[in-house]
Amino acid sequence: MRLEIQGLTKKFGEFAANDHIDLTIEPGEIHCLLGENGAGKSTLMNMLYGLLTPTEGQIVADGKPLELSGPADAIAAGIGMVHQHFMLVPVFTVAENVMLGRESVRRGGVLDRKAAAAKVRDLSERYGLSVDPDALVGDLPVGVQQRVEIIKALANDAEVLILDEPTAVLTPQEIDELMDVMRRLKERGTSIVFITHKLREVKAVGDRISVIRRGKVVGTAPPSTSEVELAEMMVGRAVKLVVDKAPAQPGATVLEVKGVTVYDPRGHQVVKDVSFEARAGEILGIAGVQGNGQEELVESLIGLVSPGAGEILLEGDDITKATPRHTLDAGVAFIPEDRGHDGYVASFSVQENLILDLVGDDRFSKGPALKMAAIEANARERIEQFDIRTQGPEEPVSSLSGGNQQKVVVARELSRPVKLLVASQPTRGVDVGSIEFIHSRIVTERDQGTAIVLVSTELDEIFALSDRIAVMYDGRIVAMVSPDISREEIGLLMAGGTIEDEGDAA
Amino acid sequence: MTNRLQRFLPSVLSTVIAFVLALVVGALLIVFTDSTSLHALGRGDVGSVLAHVGESYRALASGALGGWDQITTTLEYAAPLICAGLGVALAFRAGLFNIGAQGQLIIGAAACGFVGFHWHIPGVAHLLVALVAAMVGGALWGAIAGILKARTGAHEVITTMMLNYAAKYLLWFLLTKPAWTRPGSTNPTSPHVDGNALFPDVFGFHSGVLVALLAAVVVWWLLERSTWGFEMRAVGANPDAARTAGMSIARVTTIVMTLAGLLAGLGAAMQILGQDNDLTQGTGGSIGFDAITVALLGRASPLGTVFAGILWGALQVGSGTMQAAAGTPAELTEVVQALIVMFVAAPMLVREIVRLRVISKEQTLAAKGWA
Repeated sequence: MRLEIQGLTKKFGEFAANDHIDLTIEPGEIHCLLGENGAGKSTLMNMLYGLLTPTEGQIVADGKPLELSGPADAIAAGIGMVHQHFMLVPVFTVAENVMLGRESVRRGGVLDRKAAAAKVRDLSERYGLSVDPDALVGDLPVGVQQRVEIIKALANDAEVLILDEPTAVLTPQEIDELMDVMRRLKERGTSIVFITHKLREVKAVGDRISVIRRGKVVGTAPPSTSEVELAEMMVGRAVKLVVDKAPAQPGATVLEVKGVTVYDPRGHQVVKDVSFEARAGEILGIAGVQGNGQEELVESLIGLVSPGAGEILLEGDDITKATPRHTLDAGVAFIPEDRGHDGYVASFSVQENLILDLVGDDRFSKGPALKMAAIEANARERIEQFDIRTQGPEEPVSSLSGGNQQKVVVARELSRPVKLLVASQPTRGVDVGSIEFIHSRIVTERDQGTAIVLVSTELDEIFALSDRIAVMYDGRIVAMVSPDISREEIGLLMAGGTIEDEGDAA
Repeated sequence: MTNRLQRFLPSVLSTVIAFVLALVVGALLIVFTDSTSLHALGRGDVGSVLAHVGESYRALASGALGGWDQITTTLEYAAPLICAGLGVALAFRAGLFNIGAQGQLIIGAAACGFVGFHWHIPGVAHLLVALVAAMVGGALWGAIAGILKARTGAHEVITTMMLNYAAKYLLWFLLTKPAWTRPGSTNPTSPHVDGNALFPDVFGFHSGVLVALLAAVVVWWLLERSTWGFEMRAVGANPDAARTAGMSIARVTTIVMTLAGLLAGLGAAMQILGQDNDLTQGTGGSIGFDAITVALLGRASPLGTVFAGILWGALQVGSGTMQAAAGTPAELTEVVQALIVMFVAAPMLVREIVRLRVISKEQTLAAKGWA
């Protein structure tokens, strides 16, 4: 199927999220859609999938204009979508998930599970998507769940498959497998729209790359285009893909983690006997695929959860059982993984969020009375220093862009002298300009002698910043390596594998 | 500042629209419950139908606000609603749905009344002691729910609701004891509070009204200008971020419920030392429940709660005049009150009705307490 998008526009009030977008998806091509968060990729795809109604323009399939008033229309027209967050029922089997919505029934309204399983088997063989039709989806690894989503779309006879940021949740090996699957689908004539903001991936698998910036298509490029050029198209100006940093000069040990074990509320061990140390003036990167215990490890460092065993020492003082208030006061700064959840209060103004964990500080209050003038002055200073784009200190944080929201959190955490900075996914969902800025602030902080623990699932970020890398898998630190390790080797470690001379670099 | 106004205006506007819509529906009820009007409608005599509606609402308004006497009566009705409403509003801002203003108010009233009639302290000191007793009683009752939530996670909606029953029947029980009843009487009615424990009159209303307004100012300061209020609002808006920022949710919850009870207790003092002068099984009426709607209508802001409290007082006071002058049942105002709250709680519905774009989805306050 040849899918044409003609002059597609979507306005929210005065704001044009998509502004006269023209794109053609040829049959059997992998068309990459590259753009920063907030560039308008998702809006475009939601219109293609019938979730949003265009303000202007049309979608044409093989010469026929489509009227999409919901996903059902899109599916009927042969458009399938794999969402970033999977739309699967965890307690159902693979086959049940695939037949969900158009269950085949035998006489008397009995579900025909056999037919569904046969269909899954057939599709998985044809496209090399190995998956067991009778497995419970909740028990499957994320990469396999994604395959189930793809099979679901194929079972609906999708001719155009939209993959929305499909690699965000995958290990490097799973990403390679996904790319193989995409190539096989292409060979069999399925067109793929591959949405991402990762340059390496579009170059590896794309046939054509369309770059979206501020709701407009700013250009279409072949995969031979260099990463630097693509990044420039995406951001609209020259960008540095490498962080400038001098070699680390590690000083005394600041953080010592000894045999820490954390249990989740159901009593399962999620962090298993983890030990490491972080020293002043160095960045320790903790690499790993999402959900391998990093989040819980970080929470135990901050005092949000209490470890079931082990010891955490900050400059020799035991903070194992300390409350968040105590760890903050002891000189720990924290950039949480999910800023909207733990980092700021959305309805609070910029100036209020900038003192969220400092409200009791003498600078901002006297007894119970807030020093309003000082709070505002502080906000003006931080807005300037951290280049926070806001209408003013009183603007609610909810109306800032993701990058600027994150800068508010970073500005707050770095606006007091700290001994240890724990940064968890500090640039997730942040635009390239803000990533550059936040990375350089983290390096500056390191150079001032702060110990930094950086948790990231993005290998690019780990490699760009870390002086040492700890790899976490299944709740354990499985290796401590130097940042000159290859992507393949670290990918293997992240997936639970081992390499020959592991441990040498640590 | 314009920024603030832009955020403030839509909420005021939608409240006003809710009020107008409620009056329109109320007008229909006035017509359909009045046989004369119905007959007039049958004859096509719209003029006299409108005249009847106009007469009813005019009587309502003049009964509540028609002169200084009416205004002072309205303010005296409003005072306990404002205090208890502030308690509910404060809890709302901290993400807690305090259904227990009624119980807190009853315990406050019991403490206040007992001090008022049983103790005999000279001069204005008696008033002050009774006032403090009211606040302490309410605060204790509020603190129970706060501590239960902080320590065990028990949902405040359930605990405060149950504590309302406990408070009511505790008062009934006390009113069977000789120390609490009038000498020589077995009626469940307490002696009168000493005269010097009552709020003295100023400008034709009892001075408790001024205390209620002062309480609103204090609550505003607490919420907007103090570290305590900052933490309360942070916990209410995003408890995870508040916890990550080092705040203790348990501590804030306990403090907020205690203060909410204290304010409800202050409302009890308004009632006992300003209006009733004694304790009966009916003490408290439905003030604690009306306080919830007052706080909702005032969008959990101190100023809004004051206005909403006065509006409620006005409707209550005016309804009697309306019944007397126009023959429209006084219960109509209760229907109008309910409709106002319904329209306020459903901003999207109002938006549909009046096609107004400035009303946003975020204003659905009522739902937050349950989250």
